[in-house]
Amino acid sequence: MIQLDQVSRTFEVGEQQVLALREVNLSIAAGEYIAIMGPSGSGKSTLLNLLGLLDRPSSGRYSLDGRDVTGLNEAESARVRREKIGFVFQFFHLVPRLDAAANIALPLVLAGIAPAERKQRVAQLLADVGLSERADHLPSQLSGGQLQRVAIARAMSMHPALLLADEPTGNLDRATGREVMGVLEGLNQRGATLIVITHDQEIGARARRRIVMEDGRVISDNAA
Amino acid sequence: MRLVDTFSLAWGTLAQQPRRTALIGLAMSIGVGAVVVLTALGEGARGYVLEQFAGLGTNLIIVIPGRAETTGAAPGVLSGQSTRDLTLDDANAVARIPWVNDVAPLNVGSAQVTRGSLGREAVLLGSTAPLLTIRHMHLGIGHFLPPGPSDQALPVCVLGDKIRRELFGNANPLGGWVRIGDRRFRVIGTLAAQGQQMGFNTDEVVVIPVAAAQQLLNTPSLFRILIEARGRAAVQRVKEDTLALLKTRHEGEADVTVITQDAVLATFDRILTALTLAVGGIAAISLGVAGVLIMNVMLVSVAQRRAEIGLLKALGASGGNVRALFLVEAGLIASLGAAGGVVLGFAASFTLGRVYPQLPIVPPLWAVTAAVATAILAGLLFAWLPARRAAKLDAALSLTRR
Repeated sequence: MIQLDQVSRTFEVGEQQVLALREVNLSIAAGEYIAIMGPSGSGKSTLLNLLGLLDRPSSGRYSLDGRDVTGLNEAESARVRREKIGFVFQFFHLVPRLDAAANIALPLVLAGIAPAERKQRVAQLLADVGLSERADHLPSQLSGGQLQRVAIARAMSMHPALLLADEPTGNLDRATGREVMGVLEGLNQRGATLIVITHDQEIGARARRRIVMEDGRVISDNAA
Repeated sequence: MRLVDTFSLAWGTLAQQPRRTALIGLAMSIGVGAVVVLTALGEGARGYVLEQFAGLGTNLIIVIPGRAETTGAAPGVLSGQSTRDLTLDDANAVARIPWVNDVAPLNVGSAQVTRGSLGREAVLLGSTAPLLTIRHMHLGIGHFLPPGPSDQALPVCVLGDKIRRELFGNANPLGGWVRIGDRRFRVIGTLAAQGQQMGFNTDEVVVIPVAAAQQLLNTPSLFRILIEARGRAAVQRVKEDTLALLKTRHEGEADVTVITQDAVLATFDRILTALTLAVGGIAAISLGVAGVLIMNVMLVSVAQRRAEIGLLKALGASGGNVRALFLVEAGLIASLGAAGGVVLGFAASFTLGRVYPQLPIVPPLWAVTAAVATAILAGLLFAWLPARRAAKLDAALSLTRR
C-alpha cells in the first residue's frame, strides 16, 4: 500500500540545513499495524507528515495505493487526504466552538456530503466510539479520553484506508490511553492500516511491527 | 465543499467573536450610512432646485435685452449690454408667433409704496395679465391686472401679501388707494402668500400695468419678456422663432438673449448631480478605510487560527476551501455592515427630512446599491491577502506549533 523510495526531507533552519529524513525506504502493506518509535527529533513526525501528504519529500518517491503521490499539487493532495487518510493528534485538535457531532462531521462537510447522509454517518461514528450521549457536548465539556475518541471518530468519518496517529495517548493517563488504543486497534482489525507514533514502550509493544528511528534513519524494523 | 456549509462554518467563526464582528460591521455601517445620507442630501438639494424651477413653469422662455458674448445661452448671463431696447411692441409681436401660449412683458424696479402715513419699499413689477399664470402666482382676493392692450397705463395695482398686511393690516384693501412714487393707484387685488420662489419673494411685490411702470421708472425699455410655449416640445421652436423675429425687428442684429427654463434646468441638474456624485464619492472613501480594517483583523485572525487552518487541511480542505472560508467570513461581515449602514442611512435621512421638511430627502436607489456593492467588494478585496495567506499556510507546521 505504501512504498517509500529513498525519501529525504531537509529543512532550512536559518543558514543551516537540517536533514530530518535521510533516504528512508519503507514498504507497508494494507492492514498493517505499525508503531514508530524513537527519540525526539528522530524524524518520526516528519515521516508521518509525509505519509499524510501534509508535507512533501525533498527527494525520493512516495507511492500510495500504487499511485505516485510525490508530485501531486495542493488540491490533489487535499483530495487524497480527504478520501484516504485519517489523522489523530496528540493534542486532539478539535474545533472548540463546534460540538462533538459537528467536529466529527467536518471531513464530511469538506467532502461536500449532503447533510442528511452526514447526520446518519455521524450518529453511527458516535455510536462506534461510545459517545452517542455526548453528541452535543462542546470539547470543553469532554474529558481527555472522550476528546480523543471524538478525534478518532472524525478521522474515520470518510472511512480512510490509512490511519495516522501522532502520539494519540501522549496527553492521556495510562488507563484512558489503553482504552483509546483499543478503539484504534479495533479499527485496524476491521481493515484500516494503522500507523502510530509513540514514546510509550508498552503501547509500542502492542503493534505487530515496530519501526525505530534515530537521526532521520530507520535503525530497526522487526518486519524487515 | 458545499456553499451552505462554507457559509455556516464562516458564520460560526463570526458568531464566536460577536464584539469583533460587531465593531468591524459598525465601521462598514458608518461608511455605507455616510454614502446613503450624503447622496440623499445631494439628491434632496437637486430635487428642491428642480422643484423650484418647475414652479416657474418649464415651458418658460425668457428674452433678455443684450447679447451674451459667448454663443449659446449661458444661464449666468442674466443681463447684457444692448444697443437697442426691448420694447412693448416687440412683446406684442412675439405674442403672434405660433405655438406661443402667452406673453408677459416685464419691468422691475423698486419704489416707495405708501398709504397715508404707512409706507415701505417694495419691488415694483410692471407687467400684463398673463404674468399671473406664466409665473405661477396665486391670487388672494380681487382681480389681477385686467386684460387689454399693454400700452394703457391704468392706475391699478395688485399687492403682495406682506405689503398688503403692512399697509392695510386687517382692513379690506380692495378699492383702496396707495401712492407709488408720485402716482396714485387703486388696489384691485392681492396675491396669496407664496413666499420665496427662486430668490424672488412674491409677498413683497406690487404689480402694476407695464405701461404705468415704464412711466414711473422713466424707461421705454423692458427688463424681460416672458414667453410661455404651448407644451415642452414647442419650447425650442418658439425660442428660434423669437430670435429670428427680434432680429428682423432690430434691423438684422441679434441683440437679445433668449434662455429657456429647460436649459437652465438641465444645467442645474447636471451641476447638482455632479455634486451628489462627488459627495458620495468622498463618503465612499470611508468604505475603503473599513476595508483596510477588515484586512487588519483578518490578518490577526489568520495568525490566531493557524492550528485550526492546519487541522482543516489535514482533514482534507484544499487551499481553495480555506480561502473561500476566509473570503466568505469577510463578505459576511461586509454584508452585515452594509445592511446596518443602509438602515442607519435611511434613519438619518428620515430624521433630516423631518428637520428640513422643504427638502425632498430620499436616498437614491443607485447610491444605496452602489454603496452596498462597494462595501462588499471592498471587504472581499481587502480580505484577499489574508485569505491567501491562510490558504498557503503549511499544514504540518501549523499543527505542530503550539
